[in-house]
Amino acid sequence: MSIRIDDELCTGCGSCVASCPYGGIEIIDDKAHITEDCNLCGACVEACTVEAIILEREEFKVKRVDISKYKGIWVIAEHYKDKIHDVAYQLLGKGRELADILKVNLTLVILGANFDNLLDEFSYYGVDEIIYVKSKILKDYYSDLYVKVLTELISKNKPEIILIGATPTGRDFAPRVAKRLNAGLTADCTGLDIDAETRNLLQTRPTFGGNIMATIRTPRSRPQMATVRPGIFKTPEKVKKEIKIRKIDYDFKEKDTVSKIVKIITKEKVTVNLEEAEIIVSGGRGVGSKENFKIIEELATTLNAEVGGSRVAVELNWIDNDHQVGQTGKTVSPRLYIACGISGAIQHIVGMQNSDIIVAINKDENAPIFKTAHYGIVGDLHKVIPSLIKEIKKVRAEETI
Amino acid sequence: MKIFVCIKQVPGISEVKIDPKTNTLIREGIPSIINPMDKNGIELALKIKEEREAEVIAISMGPSQAEKALREALAMGADRAFLLTDRAFAGADTLATSHALALSIKKILNDSKKDEKYIIICGTQAIDGDTAQVGPELAEELQIPQITYVQKFELKDDDSIIAERVFRTEEIVVIETKLPVLISVLKQINTPKYPTMSGIIDAYEQKEVTKLDAKALNADKAFIGLTGSQTEVWKIFIPERKGEHIKLTGTIEEMSRELCQKLKEDKIF
Repeated sequence: MSIRIDDELCTGCGSCVASCPYGGIEIIDDKAHITEDCNLCGACVEACTVEAIILEREEFKVKRVDISKYKGIWVIAEHYKDKIHDVAYQLLGKGRELADILKVNLTLVILGANFDNLLDEFSYYGVDEIIYVKSKILKDYYSDLYVKVLTELISKNKPEIILIGATPTGRDFAPRVAKRLNAGLTADCTGLDIDAETRNLLQTRPTFGGNIMATIRTPRSRPQMATVRPGIFKTPEKVKKEIKIRKIDYDFKEKDTVSKIVKIITKEKVTVNLEEAEIIVSGGRGVGSKENFKIIEELATTLNAEVGGSRVAVELNWIDNDHQVGQTGKTVSPRLYIACGISGAIQHIVGMQNSDIIVAINKDENAPIFKTAHYGIVGDLHKVIPSLIKEIKKVRAEETI
Repeated sequence: MKIFVCIKQVPGISEVKIDPKTNTLIREGIPSIINPMDKNGIELALKIKEEREAEVIAISMGPSQAEKALREALAMGADRAFLLTDRAFAGADTLATSHALALSIKKILNDSKKDEKYIIICGTQAIDGDTAQVGPELAEELQIPQITYVQKFELKDDDSIIAERVFRTEEIVVIETKLPVLISVLKQINTPKYPTMSGIIDAYEQKEVTKLDAKALNADKAFIGLTGSQTEVWKIFIPERKGEHIKLTGTIEEMSRELCQKLKEDKIF
């Protein structure tokens, strides 16, 4: 494992320096030098126009995985109160696409207690096979039980790709499963593709606070595991399909878990569900005060939308932190996102850039939000929003005629 | 009891900007900080120490300048600090990182020669990588239970803990489990205190950061650094801003009308 510069080839052009996200390369005396900050990510290797940077991986006597023995794509479902999390349906849609490229089966894996009568419902979502592991205790989620069952199933059946929702639950068991199997795992992916030749899964995800995107692959081993951000892929159209159902009754022993669930608390207040909202109207510093936030709520009501807020709006207590959109809040991908009085700091953009359509209303015409917005209105939101509400009502009235 | 806190030195991401001309990250003047949630981890460890006899040990893996982050942890009140630093660790994905951390924790436990209970605290995720994987992978390697996304924590007795784990927007699950355990914490668990002046002086004059390399950990090179990683970065790119950016013009009424028209064309209405 090492990175080195071929001084004879290096022209000192500096394109490697610009490509490096870590500040791990410098030009000294017209030649590139690797610094201690280098993370061996290889971005410079690709950026170098004269092929002067060489990244070598030492080969050790590691037990090699026979990649050809692994076939098929699995989606692991997560559930709560006997309802499967939406991200599983989204993953079935994407999984079907990937399975068709690889010409393999798509399998849905459910660990639960009360799904016998619901399995048929999944035959509409592109799946070829369901593995249903049934046990009373699996009504709830237990880290150690999920890890045990999944590693056993994966070791036996050898799927080449495993997709899991990047929820607090998926991100709890996926790393442990990956570790137990010594498998590569990529977190919180927002893009998935297949390199048809190598059958490698190309996993794209934001990194560095969402400032850059990285495409990750797991070329030397199987399975390839990824957690995938909810709300990125669409739930597929319903089409009935013949499916095979494998039901496994599983008997756990007491020693299988040392944890116990004391209780589950549901917040009394009906909180917002920004992640699943079709339309979100968000307010930022430009709204001006807690009082003024009513106008944001009014626009949201007109559009039957949820209300969001920037970090500043939450910090100033204009709106509860459940409503915060951004890197430190929620990541949302509605069909329509209206940003009102939000300047567009990267930390906010990261949380909403996947929205289908973004509208920005801001009185500062140089606000960075206009670079992300599909439609921008430069103007005082306190005047623009009332006018917009009027117009929307007009459109709605026309539709009902 | 020993309390290990795993910390990561990260760039202060919210300061990072993109140079619009070259489409690259502007790194100049970006400070290196302790990953915010890891700081919450240190704070929690110190709070447990107020109630129980415990030794707080901060561990980090990174280049030699990560020592600064560990000094800050010492200044906050950690008793000892270890920096895993070696070129052989570079390029590690989460599997290889968790392996090196696991080796160091086993070594420290072994060297102490006392049969002590321990807790490992991690920040749920780092602001640069955002993977949230190192904690659970570390717990798996050490074969201990884990509770992730923790917003509230208490020691029940010398043997067990109770923690509130956020698992949905609306739901919190309260879990009880036995020591040793690994927990990963969210920022709402506490507010980290600033180090005191005497804390800072102690961190530099009284306390030490012990450096450990691959040899000191007796690490098998097949499982650390780039070689021990299963995932690799294939490509890094700056995301293109999607689609067109249309600034509407005219009076407020005209712009509102046009926007509604556009949204109709886009089938939003």
